[in-house]
Amino acid sequence: MSEPTNKTITIDGREIPFEEGQTIMDAALAADIYIPHLCHRPGLSPHGSCKLCTVEVNGRSASACTLPASSGQEISNNTDALNEVRKTITQMLFVEGNHFCPSCEKTGNCTLQAVAYHLDMLDGHFPQFYPRREVDASHPGIMLDRDRCILCELCVRASREVDGKDVFAITGRGTDARLIVNSESGKLVDTNITTDDLAAHICPVGAILIKEEGYEVPIGRRTFDLHMVGEPGLEPVILRKGQHSDEH
Amino acid sequence: MDTNNGSDTKPGSLTRQNDHLLHRLYDLQQQFHHIPQQSIINLATELKLPISQIEGVVDFYSFFHRSPRGRYDILFSNCTSCGDLAMMQQLCEKLNVSPGNTRADGSVSIDATSCIGMCDQGPALLVNGRTITQLSAQRLEMIASHVEAATPLDQWPAEWFRVQDNVRKNGLLLGTAFDTGSALSAAINMEPEALLAEITKSGLRGRGGAGFGTGMKWKFCREAKGDAHYVICNADEGEPGTFKDRILLTSHAHAVFEGMTLCGYVIGAQKGYLYLRAEYRYLLPELYAVLSRRQQAGLLGAGILGQTGFDFDIDIIVGAGAYICGEESSLIESMEQKRGIPRVRPPFPVTSGFLGQPTVVNNVETLAAAAQIAIHGSEWFNTQGSDKSDGTKILSVSGDCTTPGIYEYPFGVSIQKILDDCGAENVQAIQVGGPSGTLIGPDEFERKLGFEDLATGGSFMIFGAERDLLAVISNFAHFFAHESCGFCTPCRVGTSLLKNGLDKIVSGHGTRYDMDEMYRMATLVKRRSHCGLGQTAANPVLDALQRFPKLFEERLLHSEYAPHFDLDASLEEARRITHRDDAEAHLS
Repeated sequence: MSEPTNKTITIDGREIPFEEGQTIMDAALAADIYIPHLCHRPGLSPHGSCKLCTVEVNGRSASACTLPASSGQEISNNTDALNEVRKTITQMLFVEGNHFCPSCEKTGNCTLQAVAYHLDMLDGHFPQFYPRREVDASHPGIMLDRDRCILCELCVRASREVDGKDVFAITGRGTDARLIVNSESGKLVDTNITTDDLAAHICPVGAILIKEEGYEVPIGRRTFDLHMVGEPGLEPVILRKGQHSDEH
Repeated sequence: MDTNNGSDTKPGSLTRQNDHLLHRLYDLQQQFHHIPQQSIINLATELKLPISQIEGVVDFYSFFHRSPRGRYDILFSNCTSCGDLAMMQQLCEKLNVSPGNTRADGSVSIDATSCIGMCDQGPALLVNGRTITQLSAQRLEMIASHVEAATPLDQWPAEWFRVQDNVRKNGLLLGTAFDTGSALSAAINMEPEALLAEITKSGLRGRGGAGFGTGMKWKFCREAKGDAHYVICNADEGEPGTFKDRILLTSHAHAVFEGMTLCGYVIGAQKGYLYLRAEYRYLLPELYAVLSRRQQAGLLGAGILGQTGFDFDIDIIVGAGAYICGEESSLIESMEQKRGIPRVRPPFPVTSGFLGQPTVVNNVETLAAAAQIAIHGSEWFNTQGSDKSDGTKILSVSGDCTTPGIYEYPFGVSIQKILDDCGAENVQAIQVGGPSGTLIGPDEFERKLGFEDLATGGSFMIFGAERDLLAVISNFAHFFAHESCGFCTPCRVGTSLLKNGLDKIVSGHGTRYDMDEMYRMATLVKRRSHCGLGQTAANPVLDALQRFPKLFEERLLHSEYAPHFDLDASLEEARRITHRDDAEAHLS
């Protein structure tokens, strides 16, 4: 029994503490509870768009990454029903873009792919949308392949909130929504982005890639060969793609 | 009262927000028939906004374009009540242009657009933003000749641009005369607390459909701390089949503005905004005239009715074609010169709204009702209505009936009573509250309008026995896929999957499997979407599957599974390239 003054929420029957101002996701991560997510990254403002972190709070659907934790919340997270919903949402993300994992440089290091494996997703299920999206190879150090973009806006926020720049934005509406670059030409080369920027590394898929370092890590030693996506504290490891601790 | 939107008068009021991004982009669109990239770059420098933010806004709203539209840009409503896409095809043929494209000489472009709020006097279209109602074959013929002759719009027959109120049944709000200024006079004779208490006591709830208590909303906002407080009137009625705000803004604008001013009095705001949907742009000159008359009468501005410290002004922001901006947090984003993406809530606008400050966003009808309640008291209002729904509701009745138009009823009125009044017979189904509302069949016509039974923002679409109801559902699915803002995965992808699934069934290629898939996807979209648009976008599909399963079953292929992929259709590009269209170039 906890003291009534303690601030706690319950996730899948486990009571965990939270601090004022934390979201359900914050509290879960602090307690090493994995709630699948793609558009969330600690340190960036929460977004709530991918809906992978959909949980049920006292029976109501909510995004764990944006809903403030508050005392007494009974949260369902790792249930068959919710994982089925998450799998469907992941399939939706796959079919609306053009994702060819076997040839993608990010394969094995891709969080979308890892989440899909985690959720036992074996196919895209839905008819492919086959959108036509532009590739921007103008920048000498950074590649932008919109085919793989899942509109999570991690790069948008990383550039704005961490790099202190404003390199990326989303334009359009509905399935026409797409990532754009903030420059007169609309090309990456005409922005002040550099390969040191968080925005250049944070992409959870293979939409933003550092050039001239592809396929460096052999199969068997890539991030998700060695780690499960739900492992606690994996965020820094994901960012270190291509430079594993066991290699340096 | 009738209004005529044939005149091209530029509103010259001091309250016009000339520097607002949406207004600047509108001017550019008018000048160049599109928004040139160089103009975006210049505007970014001038307004000190990121280029990508301006591009984002241009691409978000339906009425801005990156490539040139015609000098006559014609948009046919594709609403089931005020649209006629067969007419669009006919005009396209007459003018030798294909839908969505601009003719090579740059003279004309023709396309479809979401409901333009003329459901009581359709078919209707917009030409360069101005409304032409009651289209007929003859009118189309003449439009074609005027376009070919390059006749300036001002010289097109004025009666084409006439928009009628069509009030068929008056009630508490529409039937009670409103003396300009009387609500404010009543208000200053009581403290803001007393007025708030009266509004709360009246039981008035939001008229946009969600039904949040107006008194409570004002109270929360009044209590919230901020550098400034704001009042926003949501006049972005985009729900297909809704047009009641058009009538309120045409013939009861004083009451609406006075309701805003009262709200400012209660919550301590000095600034109000009317966010007007672009389809009603023709109302602007008259709305500005009403605002300046109110200013001259001391009902707006500094020291209202001589009360020191009672300062309140109203500006108008005009949207640019986006249904989602009717959602209050999207509307606020749009006012902040951004794409209309719904915000994460909490915080709610009452504590953190426009510019992060406490903000009340109310529906047009809610504010007009508040003004009348200030004059006549809460009892005048809540003696009408039903148990949980006080007062009356103004309905926009359209579709298959003899007298479409505006009907005001006390809450608790039965669907059948409304059908009897508007002359609807042999009714197959009613869409109550528009596509985001509830689809019901004849066995539910004894149900009642009200928050406790059938909630509605006012759209009331009637479908007679002759209608292809599945085509109607499909129309709604296309509407939501088109209007989804694209922010969250369930709505962005899900509304497209629902649209494609319906297309497959409508075209006779669906199976039982597709019906099950539609149900599964519709449930996901409804439960997991970010905002009210997504959470209601699947309603027509779910309601139709539940109440009218035969509609689907009759169209199904008698097989377990048929692929979405159409091999013959996918050969079309190859046929075009090889200039072949003979039998052997087709499969089966």
